[in-house]
Amino acid sequence: MISEATFKVWRTHPGGDGTLQTFHTKVSEGMVVLDVVHRIQAEQAPDLAVRWNCKAGKCGSCSAEINGNPRLMCMTRLSELNLMEPVTVEPMRTFPPIKDLVTDVSWNFRVKKGIQKFTPRPADAPDGTWRMAQRDVDRVQEFRKCIECFLCQDVCHVLREHNKHEEFIGPRFLVYAAQLEMHPLDTADRIPALKEEKGIGYCNITKCCTKVCPEHIHITDNAIIPLKERVVSRYYDPVTKLLQMFR
Amino acid sequence: MSHPTHSYDVLIVGAGGAGLRAAIEAAASGVSVGLICKSLLGKAHTVMAEGGMAAAMAHNDDRDSWRVHFADTMRGGQYVNNWRMAEIHAKEAPDRVRELEAWGAVFDRTKDGRINQRNFGGHRYPRLAHVGDRTGLELIRALQDHTIYLGVTVHMEHTVIDLVLDQGRAAGLLAYDRHRGTFQVFKAKAIILATGGVGRAFQVTSNSWEGTGDGHGLAYRAGAELIDMEFVQFHPTGMVWPPSVKGILVTEGVRGEGGILKNNQGRRFMFDDIPDNYKPQTASDPEEGWRYTQGDKSARRPPELLTRDHVARCINREVKAGRGSPHGGVYLDIAWIKEKLSGAEEHIKRKLPSMYHQFKQLADLDITKEAMEVGPTTHYIMGGIRVDGDSQMSTIPGLFAAGECASGINGANRLGGNSLSDLIVFGKRAGEYASAWAKEHPQPHVDEAALAQIEKTALAPFERGSSGENPYKVQEDLQVSMQALVGIVRTESEMKEALQRLVGFNDRAARVGVSGSREYHAGWHTSLDLRNLLTVSEAIALSAIERKESRGGHFREDYPDKVTEFSTINVMVKQSGDSMRVSRVPIPPIPDELKQVIEEQKS
Ligand SMILES: Cc1cc2nc3c(=O)[nH]c(=O)nc-3n(C[C@H](O)[C@H](O)[C@H](O)COP(=O)(O)OP(=O)(O)OC[C@H]3O[C@@H](n4cnc5c(N)ncnc54)[C@H](O)[C@@H]3O)c2cc1C
Ligand code: SF4
Ligand code: SF4
Ligand code: FES
Repeated sequence: MISEATFKVWRTHPGGDGTLQTFHTKVSEGMVVLDVVHRIQAEQAPDLAVRWNCKAGKCGSCSAEINGNPRLMCMTRLSELNLMEPVTVEPMRTFPPIKDLVTDVSWNFRVKKGIQKFTPRPADAPDGTWRMAQRDVDRVQEFRKCIECFLCQDVCHVLREHNKHEEFIGPRFLVYAAQLEMHPLDTADRIPALKEEKGIGYCNITKCCTKVCPEHIHITDNAIIPLKERVVSRYYDPVTKLLQMFR
Repeated sequence: MSHPTHSYDVLIVGAGGAGLRAAIEAAASGVSVGLICKSLLGKAHTVMAEGGMAAAMAHNDDRDSWRVHFADTMRGGQYVNNWRMAEIHAKEAPDRVRELEAWGAVFDRTKDGRINQRNFGGHRYPRLAHVGDRTGLELIRALQDHTIYLGVTVHMEHTVIDLVLDQGRAAGLLAYDRHRGTFQVFKAKAIILATGGVGRAFQVTSNSWEGTGDGHGLAYRAGAELIDMEFVQFHPTGMVWPPSVKGILVTEGVRGEGGILKNNQGRRFMFDDIPDNYKPQTASDPEEGWRYTQGDKSARRPPELLTRDHVARCINREVKAGRGSPHGGVYLDIAWIKEKLSGAEEHIKRKLPSMYHQFKQLADLDITKEAMEVGPTTHYIMGGIRVDGDSQMSTIPGLFAAGECASGINGANRLGGNSLSDLIVFGKRAGEYASAWAKEHPQPHVDEAALAQIEKTALAPFERGSSGENPYKVQEDLQVSMQALVGIVRTESEMKEALQRLVGFNDRAARVGVSGSREYHAGWHTSLDLRNLLTVSEAIALSAIERKESRGGHFREDYPDKVTEFSTINVMVKQSGDSMRVSRVPIPPIPDELKQVIEEQKS
């Protein structure tokens, strides 16, 4: 393995603009991109801004665009990259920049609050507990693996290119909504809101979100499509419609 | 001064499991609640916890009860625990776990549809509620997704610099906004510290960057007492290769599912050294150990599931004796279970999904086929802010502490799974008692001069500019020193040397400099973290010198045995003028009925 590499890291300038700054740095076996960023920080650019926490792919803090691909910096090994060429590291572009690799993701936290919370049915047992079979929770557990890295939000063209932040909650929160809707204990109905306010219709199933999810959640197949089906059968399915008229 | 000012009844510092649980309880009692955290919401260190949370719900073995859990916790802690906390914890943990389910948590299930519980080191029966190996994520998300609907005001990416008192009572604090680098004043009737651990004081650690002992430092500088600081837990199994991931945790769940430890001669060395007090509960051969991990109630646990301090020292010994793996660890093998189970590969992936991915992605290793290399990593601190067992109030009125930064429940050694349950049991209590306190007391006065002094200290690194010491370098040198001199195996001479070096690090820390704008300035942040790291490092070294015996996580080569004299005291440190004063405080005598519980479980 080569022992030196060139990294081009996005640096913001006072005022908002930014450029790629070139760093030559030593690299060694097993290193991940976040290690390189830390080394640059410790040796060359102490004020370089980067978010991270666990360095083990568990917290979803270190999202960035590495050679243009949305990835977790702590889970991207240098051995996966072509180090003969400079490696670019840029912030997630879908969110407003704060500084260097750090972006303003607060929109996501606001969106979540707008989704109706978990509302369980009354307890099954006198001690206030419920009974659920493992096979009934498997599907929900898949969604609950989400580490809120927002890489899927970053890559979704509805947000990234069309800026529909006010009308569309994005794949992460469709996963959140699916998790609640498919939770065996939940009794709330989020289908009307998903259709009317949360913009599920904007998703045209390009599956870009699924491809970048570091938790390998089948965002489109297991979360979005089933939710879309629920919307369709509620609002457009002729039989259901008819039944609803007679209810 | 014209800094933005926020006022709350209850102000919580930290949004890990303890801080969030406290926020929920405080909000439910109707007081106004502010929550400050260094990272984004949901990213705190708690998110990394893997194996599970301990609660004697007796779903998988009906012989379990709070009595057994209590006795296990005390035995694990070598009887220097705050017995009242151990009692409350064992009694209240089941309810705290159940209520998580009402907030949307989805634990793995038993066949009859209840919360499934797994085996873990030092727990007599299967006791850890879990979700695969990502229990911490489930805990933090369940709490976070409940909290956000409760009207709690969250100040994300803010770092608290120091507390301010009003006539000896907690009154407020100064923090900076990490984005903009601006100062923010917070006033509160009650403050809860829930800042987590200190792992970053050491070179090899499983902790995230946040674990810089801030709560310990804040409380100490405000005059609170810290106890048990000599008790640091070195988890036996961290990754050792490649270098950049050294220290990242390999969950004990691997051993709970049947993983075994071997040296480079293929020997299962844990069978060679089983402490006498654990012999009656430990398997006599590998076959019995295997049956235990598969839920056979007549079997006893394999020696891999002995307490962490013991397993870590055994691994250390193997490595030192030249029987280690190529990169200075030993082998942890879960792949071998294919001899026992058909479909073992799928089973491993389902039970230990994040471990599977972690090794695959970071080390290019398939744990369903090959053995992992593992070695000890700094994991947890049992010591921390001294609190009242019932209310979690520190020795400063109006200042509370919960979670890893508080001390007492774990004694000399924490059992795996007892932290997550500690967070929710005592997080709740801290929230409850802090709210009650806030309702009974008026808003204190926050002294402008004190705030100005804190601000001045915080900005000093900018005054010195980039010609000052590099903060990263000082931090790194400190970590190397602590790892080498106050680590798993300790001696008086080495620890004295560590104290000597600390004097030097303190001097250097006083000279660190940074330049540029204050916005999201990692170098500046590191300069400020240093103060806390230095405080906890000194506290650990001084306390460890004071305890001239070996007990739990604290092992002294020069005093390798337990000494009765130390079985009835906790070591305490407190600020005295400019220096740290160390003393011994007696443990209150344990009530007869609890003593009896311990005795009845000893067989
Ligand atoms: C890899 C790993 C696995 C683990 N697995 C388990 C397990 O299976 N079972 C178990 O019981 N335990 C486990 N533990 C231990 C357990 O996770 C921790 O002890 C526990 O999560 C600590 O929680 P906490 O709420 O006290 O603090 P943390 O989760 O550490 O949160 C601290 C909070 O305080 C904030 N904070 C800190 N300083 C400041 C400051 N100056 N200003 C503002 N905010 C501040 C941080 O931003 C953060 O929000 C594990 C630990 C690790 C590292
Ligand atoms: S599948 Fe839908 S949500 Fe996912 S990236 Fe494409 S449009 Fe966005
Ligand atoms: S769904 Fe996947 S990509 Fe999206 S935020 Fe969650 S973990 Fe990240
Ligand atoms: S630092 Fe936590 S996911 Fe990368």
